[in-house]
Order: sequence, then C-alpha cells, then structure tokens
Amino acid sequence: MTQRSIIPFGPQHPVLPEPIHLDLVVEDETVVEAIPSIGFVHRGLESLVAKKDFQEFVYVAERICGICSFIHGMTYCHGVEQIMEIEVPPRAQYLRTIWSELSRIHSHLLWLGLTADAFGFESLFMHSWRLREKVLDIIEATTGGRVIFGSCKVGGVRRDIENAALRTIAATLQDYAKEYREIGGVFLEDLTVKRRLCGVGVLSGEDALQLGAVGPMLRASGVAQDMRLLKYAAYGEIDFSPVTAAEGDSYARCSVRVREIFQSVGIIRQCAEKIPDGAIETKVAGLPDGEFYARTEQPRGEVIYYVKANGTKNLERLRVRTPTFANIPAMLKVMPGCQLADVPVLVLTIDPCISCTER
Amino acid sequence: MIEPQDLRETTLERLIGEVQEFRDAGYRLVQIGATRTEGFEINYSFDRDLKFVNLKIKIADNSVEIPSISGVYWNAFLYENEIHDLFGLKIRNIKIDYRGTFYKVAKPAAFAEKPAAPAARKRAAKPAAGTEVSET
Amino acid sequence: MPVFTISGMILRSLFGRPATLMYPFEPREYATGSRGHIEIDAGTCIYCGLCRRKCPTAALAVDREAKVWEIDRLRCISCGCCVEVCPKKCLSMARGYSPAVPSAGEPEKHHA
Repeated sequence: MTQRSIIPFGPQHPVLPEPIHLDLVVEDETVVEAIPSIGFVHRGLESLVAKKDFQEFVYVAERICGICSFIHGMTYCHGVEQIMEIEVPPRAQYLRTIWSELSRIHSHLLWLGLTADAFGFESLFMHSWRLREKVLDIIEATTGGRVIFGSCKVGGVRRDIENAALRTIAATLQDYAKEYREIGGVFLEDLTVKRRLCGVGVLSGEDALQLGAVGPMLRASGVAQDMRLLKYAAYGEIDFSPVTAAEGDSYARCSVRVREIFQSVGIIRQCAEKIPDGAIETKVAGLPDGEFYARTEQPRGEVIYYVKANGTKNLERLRVRTPTFANIPAMLKVMPGCQLADVPVLVLTIDPCISCTER
Repeated sequence: MIEPQDLRETTLERLIGEVQEFRDAGYRLVQIGATRTEGFEINYSFDRDLKFVNLKIKIADNSVEIPSISGVYWNAFLYENEIHDLFGLKIRNIKIDYRGTFYKVAKPAAFAEKPAAPAARKRAAKPAAGTEVSET
Repeated sequence: MPVFTISGMILRSLFGRPATLMYPFEPREYATGSRGHIEIDAGTCIYCGLCRRKCPTAALAVDREAKVWEIDRLRCISCGCCVEVCPKKCLSMARGYSPAVPSAGEPEKHHA
C-alpha cells in the first residue's frame, strides 16, 4: 500500500527560472498528479491600455517579458497596423525579422542553459550563457539595449542597421555557429544528458494538438506548425520550413530547439542578403478602429494579441495569450508517471516564461 | 489584412454545440478572452492549419451563467478560471475549478470596471503627466 | 560511447583567459549607440515641453517661466523618445546607465 504525499514545488526553488507553483501528489518518488498555481507576478498590464495611448503602449508591450520582448512589441505593432491598414516599408519588415531571429537565438541559448541547470549540469549552463552573451552584444550594438530592444514602433522601426553591418553580423553568427554545434553536440550526444532527457515526458502528437500545445512542444511531437508560415514581417520571402522531431519526449524538444538556433542563423543570413533599401517607417495618421487577432511565433510558441480599438487614442481592449499559458495543460499531462527528479526537467521543457503568462 | 480572419457571432445556447463541431473537425483551442463593453463579450478562438476562426458571445452582465467548454477542450479550464478571476464572470462546470483562487488578486474582478468615458480620460491625462513628476 | 563531450570547452576555459570582464578593474566599454542616460545641452533648450508630452513614463518636467528642465532618473527608461522629438536637438542619449542611488530624492534640475 503506497502512501501519497503532497510536495509543494515553487514559486521559489533553485531550479525554477520563474515563479510557478505546483502541488505534486507523489507516491514514493513517482508523481501521480500535478496541480498548478500561478498569479505571483500578475501585473495587470492589459488594463494599462486605458491610460497609455496606442503608440506609447509599445513600451509596455515590450516589457511584458524580458526574454521574448521584441516579439511582443512587434506583435502589438502588427496588430495595430493591420487595424489601421498601415503599410510597413519592406526594409522595416526585414529589420524586424532579423531582430526576431536574434531574439530567438538568445532565447534558445538561455533555455539550453536552464535545462542543463535543471538536471544539475552547471558548467554546461554557464557555457550556454557565455555563448548567449555574444548574441546580446550584437543586439546591444544594433538596438541600444541588451534585453529590451526599444526598436519597434507602430509604422516601422526606430533604428536602421547599415547593409555592411548586417553582412558582418551574418558572418559573425556563422562563426559562432561552430560553437553552437559544439554545445549542441553536448546536449544531443552526451550519454549522461541523454539519460536524463530520453523517454522523459512523452507527449503524442494527437494529445499535444488537443491540449493546445504550441511551439517547440508541439513540433517535437511531430506536428509541423509554425506561425511564421503566416508570412508576417518578411517571412513570406524567406525560405524555411518548421523544424520537427518525432518522439515527443524531452530529448526531442531539446533537439528541436538546438536545430532552430541553426535555422535562425540561416534566416538572418538570407535576410542580410535580400534586404532592400528604403524607408524604415511610415507616418501614422488617424486613430485605430476595429479588431484583429495578431499571431506570431515567439521562441516559445504562438502568441496571440487580440487588439480592439474604437476610434479613440486608447485601445478598448488588448488581450495577450502567451505560449506558456497554452503549454501548461500539456505540462500537466506529461507529469503523471515521472520521477520526482524529472519534475524540473519537465517544467523547463515547456520553456516557462511565467512573467509572459501572467502579464 | 495579412490573413482573412473568420469572426463569427453566436449565442450562449448554441455555444457548446458549435464548439463540439470544431472539436470534431480537428480544430484546436487557441484562447478564450473577455472584453468589457457595455456588457461583456467573450471570444473563443480556434485554429487548424493556420486557418483562424473566432466565436463571440455577448452577455449583458456578470450574473449570466456561462457553460464551460472544458468538457470538450480540457485545456479551457485555465482560460475560464482566469476570466472568472479577472472579470467576475460565472462559469459552471469547469473541469478544474479554482473557485476564485487562481490569481490571488487584491481586488476581485478588477477588469470588470467600465473604462472611463474617452473625453474625461483625455482631459485627465495631460495634467497628470506633468504634475506627477513635480510632486516627487 | 560519448562521455565527457564537454571536456574540450572546459579545458579551453580552464587554460584560456576568463570569459567575464574583470569589472571593476577593467572598465566596461559600451557599444556606440547603446542607450544609457539622457543628457541635455541646457543653453539651447527653448522649454517648449514637447519632450515632457512624449515621455511614456512622465519622467520629465519642464517649467517655461522659471526656465528649468527636470528629469527623474529613476523613472527614465532610456527609450529615446524625447531625443527624437526635441525640435532644437539639445537632448542626446549618452552611454552608461545612471548609477543606483540609496533613495529617490529630488529630480535632477538643469537651468538655462
């Protein structure tokens, strides 16, 4: 007769990057059920639309999350531009694509580091973040800030990058790709890492789709869904296809994210070659009126911004549903049956960004 | 528009039936959101193969009980608990019901307040920007 | 079987120079264009108040009669909106963040 105990996990835990609370019902080291509890960093940012006008709100939208901040700002601008039918110039679209992909690279390197920390491999964690620092230096040189870019605005972008600088960035990233291959090799080949990742938290494709999983969580179960195929920004002119894996376990999710880093390096190289010359912004005239659901692909998955405007300079409603919010049911589904020591790996496997989740 | 979005309106009575049709057709639930207008509007968004459909229902005030769709889509429980905590909407039969403790907010149903009329907001916005700083 | 695959990276970092900057012994070099803090050339300022209106965090205050321009450093997010909108181009974005202070204190004032 096994006895059940309830172990509270989080919100403060050495292995958790963000405050989420899980009540784990365990029977002798095997987790039977997990009940989530969120709301520790709820800031009510959606209600700020009543106070800030629609152009100023970009700064708030960017600060919803620190890791995926540029794509939040870009999705907001995309939503407002679709309502107001503003045509963003092609050069601005390409610049937005380049910054989105740089965002994706640094977010995936951050995730690799945190996953290594989750199964206790501290030196791999530190080396992943050392590689991430180099990408942050590129971002600081082009936008002025390491984490919060501040470069997107309604109608275009605020800063330009010269073509020569773009080619240098693409070449630098090709150089860094050798180190990414090395660290990706540790994650995907090392025996000890595979022991912790293979077979842990298997999620079938059918389940993933019905539970509403998005992003690498879904793509690692075999479903090739990527919001970049909606062809927003400059993705319509870039040649790429979603990275998928078939097994649906934590190893597959790690492999999807490692390969996406290389995919992003390739996309930036294509953008640097194809970027046209021209203006970087369109003047905004008038006030927004209408509603639109803007969907883009963040490093963690599909983010959807419901923007509703009624003809005044403040939006009527902004509703943000971030990918981690959609991935939480999938996480709860893979927990039963795993060992207690696998819980941090499974929590990190959805790439939790709880500050996004709770806005 | 970058993609044609199918925005439909439906009623409270037909909600579960239409949601079940989406489930049978293989759509996944993208989000459930609420907006405070004169009453409330609740949006249920679905997607399949990048095709986006939205169902909107309008209710007069938060005493109307809304049936939960977590019987059809299990992951709806998160969204329904959230709109219950932020807007004070009553939803019955949620599969995992946190009964108001999902978000531990200081002021329950904070988003349910009607926003101030636009003219009053514009007049209030300008002096607040300057005076806020000189008072510190 | 592949074990100790990280040993190449570890040996390189053990015998190479440190990847971190030996701050504060070596000063931090910010990239050009890095957004740090706002500086004003107070002699050129005409006290029009456009920067105050554009500031998203209400960190600026402009007094036209007394000819005083104030900035609350702790509220400023270094977004650069004021720099873009200033008609006289007397505001500029300088590198290096504003230092931490033990208490909020008075906003920084600049006179003509």
